[in-house]
Amino acid sequence: MQEKLLELKNLKTHFQTERGVVTAVNGVSFTVHSGETVGVVGESGCGKSVTAESILRLLDEKSTRYEGEILYKGKNLLDFSISKMQEIRGNDISMIFQDPMSSLNPVYSVGNQIVESILLHQKCSKKEAYSRAIEMLRLTGIPSPEKRVHEYPHELSGGMRQRVMIAMALSCQPRLLIADEPTTALDVTTQAQILDLINELKLSYNMGTVMITHDLGVVAEVCTRVVVMYLGQVIEEANVEMLFKSPCHPYTRGLLKSIPKLTGDRLEKLHVIEGKVPTLHQVPKGCRFAPRCEFASQKCIEQMPELIEEESGHKVRCWHFKEIIGTGEGHYVNTSS
Amino acid sequence: MSILAANEEKPLLQVRNLKKYFPITNSLGNVTGQVKAVNNVSFEMKEGETFGLVGESGCGKSTTGRTIMRLVEPTEGEAIYRGKDIYRLKGNELMSIRREMQMVFQDPYSSLNPRKRIGHILEETLKIHHIGNKKERMERVMEMLNRVGFQSEQYYRYPHEFSGGQRQRIGLARALMVNPNLIICDEPVSALDVSIQSQVLNLLEEIQEEFKLSYLFVSHDLSVVRHISDRIGVMYLGELVEEAETDELYGNPLHPYTQALLSAVPVPNPAVKRERITLKGEVPSPLNPPSGCVFHPRCPHATEICKQKVPVKKMVAKNHAVACHLYV
Repeated sequence: MQEKLLELKNLKTHFQTERGVVTAVNGVSFTVHSGETVGVVGESGCGKSVTAESILRLLDEKSTRYEGEILYKGKNLLDFSISKMQEIRGNDISMIFQDPMSSLNPVYSVGNQIVESILLHQKCSKKEAYSRAIEMLRLTGIPSPEKRVHEYPHELSGGMRQRVMIAMALSCQPRLLIADEPTTALDVTTQAQILDLINELKLSYNMGTVMITHDLGVVAEVCTRVVVMYLGQVIEEANVEMLFKSPCHPYTRGLLKSIPKLTGDRLEKLHVIEGKVPTLHQVPKGCRFAPRCEFASQKCIEQMPELIEEESGHKVRCWHFKEIIGTGEGHYVNTSS
Repeated sequence: MSILAANEEKPLLQVRNLKKYFPITNSLGNVTGQVKAVNNVSFEMKEGETFGLVGESGCGKSTTGRTIMRLVEPTEGEAIYRGKDIYRLKGNELMSIRREMQMVFQDPYSSLNPRKRIGHILEETLKIHHIGNKKERMERVMEMLNRVGFQSEQYYRYPHEFSGGQRQRIGLARALMVNPNLIICDEPVSALDVSIQSQVLNLLEEIQEEFKLSYLFVSHDLSVVRHISDRIGVMYLGELVEEAETDELYGNPLHPYTQALLSAVPVPNPAVKRERITLKGEVPSPLNPPSGCVFHPRCPHATEICKQKVPVKKMVAKNHAVACHLYV
């Protein structure tokens, strides 16, 4: 069994807003072991990015309140002081952000920015740090890194910038990598290169990875386990094969059915999940998906279902999932593709 | 003539050798170079057809759409809509052709005026084209709002009161106001979540049938384009490199770029393990595109001739054209 790196226990993130307190993340629990990639999927506003930022405590703590536990190697990060947290960030746990343009500093060369994080966490000279930075850039597949290290973010393309972000995130060899939509801003062919790179580096460093994404295709390609979120809650968790083969929650099933496919019948109408995600100010009382769910009963509207373990490693938050699977049309993924 | 013209039906739109070069100027305003955004693109659309244009960012697919609408003027070339060259029209004739061609934009947040009510936004199209009196226009707006799934009282709402998917439906309603034949959809669903995306795609299909529309569908998402298009053109660095019917293109992609592009799309099925063709390097700058075939620096099959000669688009199978030296 691999080492347990990160364990979220009933994490809640509350924001103070003008219209009162909203709970963007409401009772999220999952574990990440070393060498595995956990995907966190959901649509905009489901709390997946806030979950990621909460792990590193990146949110402004004047208006944010955390509840629950974030255990990194058994220690609760929420009890750490700010300086202790800074030791963890970038050194033990690193993060890659969605938009590489706005997350790199435009007035420093990329080498400078990588060196900064190396010098902050490791005892070495500036010269050593530079050669380390060049090494990292080479590792991420940037051609002629000795030259690129002196370039500024605007001189690089989107794919290159994302490689720099990865080089920076991995420069101190973190145990855990949090990737927040790392390929969303990229084209498919560049995305393929970056996903391959993350996969390779994960294997060579035996890192644990949390992959935040809205793209179920990306999940299927790189993740070993998947957490599906809806409106701040985990509604289903399973290993990747199980989730795609036998999804239990009607939301997961709906999502999988509504993506247009690259193979198979294309003239069929797409499945539609009616309605839209409610705002956090008007969270439904019972099951949060009930207003959009075609199977919702009175019980769903009144009572919130718990996340229960249906079979080993497969958790689902739904009152009726057993009946729904029974009536389901069976296959959700085109196995012939 | 485009090489797909063998069809007996008269085409709705013929685009011939379309070029759009943007000038690069230095700080003194002197032209120092050209970005070849669209370079010699030719294709045809039939009545009632959906023609998909796919490619990665910067390949010129959106510029092609915008040039056809004359939102940007072309550098060279023709776009013949029902026998009339759009680029030669002026005044009233241009106005009347604009009534038949409408556009739906990518970003539902910036394409609706935030200071105007939804009803007003929709009515404006009718006012510009002098259609109906005030009462008739209002009725028409209500009818359209209902058609795309809104209640009549939403006439008085402002754009910020709507979500992305709803705004995109408003954008579609606006395009439909003047009863067009052709709608150019520029990445209409790429800003939307999957569950909302399927709502908008289904609506586009329903409306196409109901109003007998043709779509020019510009998108970077290969699964979405496959779902909605009858025929597809693949663009790379300003050029149309392959053109075929949808099932033919996905079943039998010929151009090495199309093959790589298709193999790079992540498939939402962990059981499928595919051989991925990973392209080396990055898309070159359209400021000085490579000589010969624009794809040759990244092409796994490139030979000497690819560096020297620009490949001509050739018909290699039924309704399947490709611009590549591999297919002679």
